[in-house]
Amino acid sequence: MRRRVAITGIGVMAPGGMGVKNFWSLLSEGRTATRGITFFDPAPFRSRVAAEIDFHPEEHGLTPQEIRRMDRAAQLAVVATREAVAGSGIDLAATDPHRTGVTIGSAVGATTGLDQEYRVVSDDGRLELVDHRYAVPHLYGHFVPSSFAAEVAWATGAEGPSTVVSTGCTSGLDAIGHAVELIRENSADVMIAGATDAPISPITMACFDAIKATTPYNDDPGRASRPFDRTRNGFVLGEGAAVLVLEELGRAQRRGAHIYAEIGGYASRCNAFHMTGLRPDGREMAEAIRATLDEARLNPSDIDYVNAHGSGTKQNDRHESAAFKLSLGDHAYRVPVSSIKSMIGHSLGAIGSLEIAACALAMAENVIPPTANLHNPDPECDLDYVPVSAREARLDRVLSVGSGFGGFQSAMVLTRPERNTA
Amino acid sequence: MTVSVVVTGLGIAAPNGLGAADYWAATRAGRSGIGPVTRFDPTAYPARLAGEVPGFVAADHLPGRLLPQTDHMTRLALVSADWALLDAGIRPDDLPEFAAGVVTASSAGGFEFGQNELRALWSKGSQYVSAYQSFAWFYAVNTGQISIRHGLRGPSGVLVSDQAGGLDAIAQARRQIRRGSQVIVSGGVDASICPWGWVAQLTSGRLSNDDDPTTAYRPFDAGASGHVAGEGGALLVLEDERAARARGARVYGRVAGYGTTFDPRPGSGREPGLRRAVEIALLDADLTPGDIDVVFADAAAVPELDHIEARALTEVFGPRGVPVTAPKSMTGRLNSGAGPLDVAAALLAIRDGVIPPTINVSPRVDLDLDLVTGEERVAPLRSALVLARGFGGFNSALVVTDAR
Amino acid sequence: MPNTEFTIDDLRRILREGAGTEEGVDLDADILDTDFEELGYESLALLETCGRIEREYGVTLDDDALAGARTPRALLGLVHSHLATVHAG
Repeated sequence: MRRRVAITGIGVMAPGGMGVKNFWSLLSEGRTATRGITFFDPAPFRSRVAAEIDFHPEEHGLTPQEIRRMDRAAQLAVVATREAVAGSGIDLAATDPHRTGVTIGSAVGATTGLDQEYRVVSDDGRLELVDHRYAVPHLYGHFVPSSFAAEVAWATGAEGPSTVVSTGCTSGLDAIGHAVELIRENSADVMIAGATDAPISPITMACFDAIKATTPYNDDPGRASRPFDRTRNGFVLGEGAAVLVLEELGRAQRRGAHIYAEIGGYASRCNAFHMTGLRPDGREMAEAIRATLDEARLNPSDIDYVNAHGSGTKQNDRHESAAFKLSLGDHAYRVPVSSIKSMIGHSLGAIGSLEIAACALAMAENVIPPTANLHNPDPECDLDYVPVSAREARLDRVLSVGSGFGGFQSAMVLTRPERNTA
Repeated sequence: MTVSVVVTGLGIAAPNGLGAADYWAATRAGRSGIGPVTRFDPTAYPARLAGEVPGFVAADHLPGRLLPQTDHMTRLALVSADWALLDAGIRPDDLPEFAAGVVTASSAGGFEFGQNELRALWSKGSQYVSAYQSFAWFYAVNTGQISIRHGLRGPSGVLVSDQAGGLDAIAQARRQIRRGSQVIVSGGVDASICPWGWVAQLTSGRLSNDDDPTTAYRPFDAGASGHVAGEGGALLVLEDERAARARGARVYGRVAGYGTTFDPRPGSGREPGLRRAVEIALLDADLTPGDIDVVFADAAAVPELDHIEARALTEVFGPRGVPVTAPKSMTGRLNSGAGPLDVAAALLAIRDGVIPPTINVSPRVDLDLDLVTGEERVAPLRSALVLARGFGGFNSALVVTDAR
Repeated sequence: MPNTEFTIDDLRRILREGAGTEEGVDLDADILDTDFEELGYESLALLETCGRIEREYGVTLDDDALAGARTPRALLGLVHSHLATVHAG
């Protein structure tokens, strides 16, 4: 019999929502956390808005040594991990460390730390032969972001399969999907799985400026992220982390854990088309959705809510709407679809895990978070995007999708497990 | 019934040989690719040797449109993938639409590309940052570019676990084939021999400061003083064995077993995870220690890490219980490229019935290893174990067997 | 001091440096009215090209106008009109 996987813990560090409770308040109230950049002087940049977290690591119990050692993305991941573990009620000390693993997604690793340290060793770009005498001792941990998985493993005592999954902006979905596979194949019973990115730094703003992927709506930061709106004009860069405790379902049920949802299916495909461009017909995302439903043994009409990638770029939202029609048929016009990036921006590799966390909370509350800032429907995006205000609905089966640079297209289905199947 | 997964194609870019034939000839002969860093002036740095891939002119192999948007490591990976598919005799266009994918490992991404853009940003201004910076440096770039070049649209992925990642990627490729994919191109290539990458690697505290190529990287030797960093790696074509047999493919061997663990927290006093990774891989392969004919070691050349590896091996196989080798003594450590390159070497060793040597090493007697040193050793080989460890505590082990 | 003239040869140079050349395409041929797409340059290549033009010539090219410039002649025209504005101002 196939081993099944349950979500038993959630930890979130999101813009405008540190901790699960605040995160859900923001989403269910349809508030936006996008604002003018405060981390550095944004004057030279085309896009000057972002979704920043007012994060002070020392307030979250990180030691000065940990703060020095870890990039911001690692700090966010560790704080989210602690919330997830505490909330799950799992006793890690009584759990076999060999059967507990870690998968952390990240698209751009320690990019903020690398940006800062490069300035130091290069004397602000003056030295081509950068000076090793100014390098911080933990630079290797920024160089290879597997350090993120190591930090989470140290924070939880995990000694099972551990890795970082880095598939661009689908990293957050794929890291959870990878963890599900490890539990199903019996390589682990418990996985600490999620994703983190803290990319709001000059180098990231500059590269997205260069391809005009981020929004130029600098004058109205709270309304800058406009997925599916006719006036949308790029995404708002965000940051954050979400970490889940995943457990083999029978184990979770035996210990009487609160089960947010079961992960019913997951699949990914690659468009093999372009590093940043999307094929307009959404064919590969549709195929990932089809394979996910197939694995979950569901029909399109079983889906109660679709959490969209909805980045707010012109091409993405069109692409994605096409993919929903291709994969869900007529049901695409009936099922509510929304994008939480309208509220918390696009945190690259982290967002997929934040969206799965949002889906699990939506199922717990039977409330669909809205697409904020959607006031002018786009004729090319003609589905029900739950504009502006949250909506109550019975949510038993929820689909979440992601799309990333490199051509990655991923999909995951959460289901509500029947009681007492153990 | 579990699907059997075989390797049918190899593409190699290594410091001691560009292309599988050159690499394998050099490796059997004990020819090293380690020498002074040439890509930048290393004089001011404490470590000045590297394993650089020789004779690689990207424009000879890749279209001009790809060059401005690719880091050196992506170019090496693209060419290796081309060779692997050619070697396997696979034309991706002939495969069903979503039947083939790409799973690679990365350690530091396109670090040199990132270095150049950081320099442009801070010395000239944000508008000088290239449009290609949005993907050319990131960890997923090799998978993305390989998939585009060959139209591989099936399940794909990217894993980062430092040097262990290359084996993790191959294991993930096997998983995808077991879930229904027919072909996965998998492996890893890394290349960070640039000033910024060098400074970052120096902070690991594990680079050798020795200027003599014959003594700088000596794993398991009493003189072990860290490693030499190298570039390159390998891409492999993995295939569902039934499909490979049906098309009459030449089969190098089977990916038979895999195990991965993470070390206990530093200071916990608990046993490191490497032995457990080996045991899980053997169990997964349904083999006993006695079935393994050769071990391709991780070979850190840091005394404590050498000791941990030797102890794991003697505990599983007994003192001097299995031949051990480290051809990476000829290439340096290649980060995520190391595991796939060792897997390729193991498959070629099985094919030819020879164990390639570890060079420049006279092993510490107290480690109790049967290290194959100096010259290759002729031996009938059916199964090989490949080990790789990543900075911070990642341990992976992969078993390949002959396909008879 | 930014350059004040932008010729087809300048464009050829910038395309080669920033985006490379497609196999089988001769940039030195008469390309003024050939679609960029036919020359092997997709949107990303054009973004990189325009970024380089903006830096070198000290102009800021309008997003929508750029999207409409589908041939070298159209792009030259667009850059010229911006250069004229810069130097008139």
